[in-house]
Amino acid sequence: MKIVVNFDLCESNAVCMGVAPEVFEVRDDDFLYVLQEEPPEDLREQVTEAARRCPKQAITVED
Amino acid sequence: MDPIVVVGASLGGLSALDALRTGGYDGDVVVLEAASGLPSDRPPLSKQVLAGTMDPDAARQPLAAKLEELRADVRWSTVVESFAASDLRLRLRNGEELQAAGVVVATGAAPRTLGGPNLAGVHVLRTLEDCLALRADLDVGPDRVVVVGAGFIGAEVAATCRELGLSVTLLEGAPAPMARVLPESVGSFVADLHRAHGVDVRLGVGVDGLVGADGRVSGVRLGDGTTIAAQVVVVGIGVAPSTGWLAGSGVPLGNGVTCDETCLAVPGVVAAGDVAEWFNPHFGERMRVEQWEHAIEQGAAAGRRLLAGDGPGEPFASVPWFWSDQYDRKFQMAGRPAATDEAHVFEGSFEEQRFVVAFRRGDRCTGVLGVNRPRHVVQSRMRLAESLAWEPIEALLS
Repeated sequence: MKIVVNFDLCESNAVCMGVAPEVFEVRDDDFLYVLQEEPPEDLREQVTEAARRCPKQAITVED
Repeated sequence: MDPIVVVGASLGGLSALDALRTGGYDGDVVVLEAASGLPSDRPPLSKQVLAGTMDPDAARQPLAAKLEELRADVRWSTVVESFAASDLRLRLRNGEELQAAGVVVATGAAPRTLGGPNLAGVHVLRTLEDCLALRADLDVGPDRVVVVGAGFIGAEVAATCRELGLSVTLLEGAPAPMARVLPESVGSFVADLHRAHGVDVRLGVGVDGLVGADGRVSGVRLGDGTTIAAQVVVVGIGVAPSTGWLAGSGVPLGNGVTCDETCLAVPGVVAAGDVAEWFNPHFGERMRVEQWEHAIEQGAAAGRRLLAGDGPGEPFASVPWFWSDQYDRKFQMAGRPAATDEAHVFEGSFEEQRFVVAFRRGDRCTGVLGVNRPRHVVQSRMRLAESLAWEPIEALLS
């Protein structure tokens, strides 16, 4: 599983961080950082949910 | 087997459909949508699409691409005339009758208007068509745009118009923007932000009516008898839940469709999104929430509730969350504060235009609003989802 964020779309709403804090972090500079680009399989549900709830649909989960 | 009928194909309705399929429902689903096509994603309509920085086709709902695989019989331009909750029968405007096994009410809400005669140049903003019509009028280069109502839509439109280089007057009847939902100090910050960007902000000003000539608006007449000349007027004075078709149906109506804590209105009928008022057990109060993420979450909850059938269903407990972009500032709010709550500022100040305000009522935190503080808002929201206690929020933000 690979996380791809379209940073042209990302607005740092930080919804993803609320759902999957082990993978996504919005820091004090207001930018999103992907902490694990290839997270372990047990985070799949969280990561998928984060992608689903992103208001900009900026997150893609590739198999 | 009769189909489950979803009335409304915006966020809440499609999310309910998605939840039905995810929950293993394999039967027929009919989606009835009054518009001639899939409603667009709404947040960009007051911002990027209006500003012309986003292609209208790109403003697509999250589930738009998935609609086909959700296997629904989607009928466009289809208006429900009436409904009977006792036997779950819908009568359509085209005369057809439809027997449902269950119904999802997701008809949303419609903008309130000022009344009076129809004048060109007067706009509301709800649909993509509304947005493009307003955009066309802005492209002409009006001398002044008057925005009536300083709620979040009005404030976003005012900001977008300023960024297009237009002169803008923002009128609000209350003493501060967002005064229905936020303490006055926070509303005053919003007013100051707009003034700093050159908006003529007028608070505590009543609107008496619109002035027009030859069928086109020429100004807004205020309660004190003065008139502001304007070639474009945007009315952002809130929305009313779209429940006309449910009158006399047996579905309880109040501030929208009255639902229990599981989003159930009456047996076999659930509601979600702008149209639904439900008992939010997390806050212990009834609320109707007009927010993007909420429509998705509640739509899913409503879909699951239908699948629970005669069982008790799961309560839908939520900490609502939304965002609003104005100029280069990102507002985000989690929770459900009231105008009478105390406002405590953390992590910055109004002067810096970067801060978190936590709202306090007794020993409770009712919500958190951030300006350019996304991380703090989301962390606060996670904590609020565990408990509304004030102290953990204070500790987090201090």
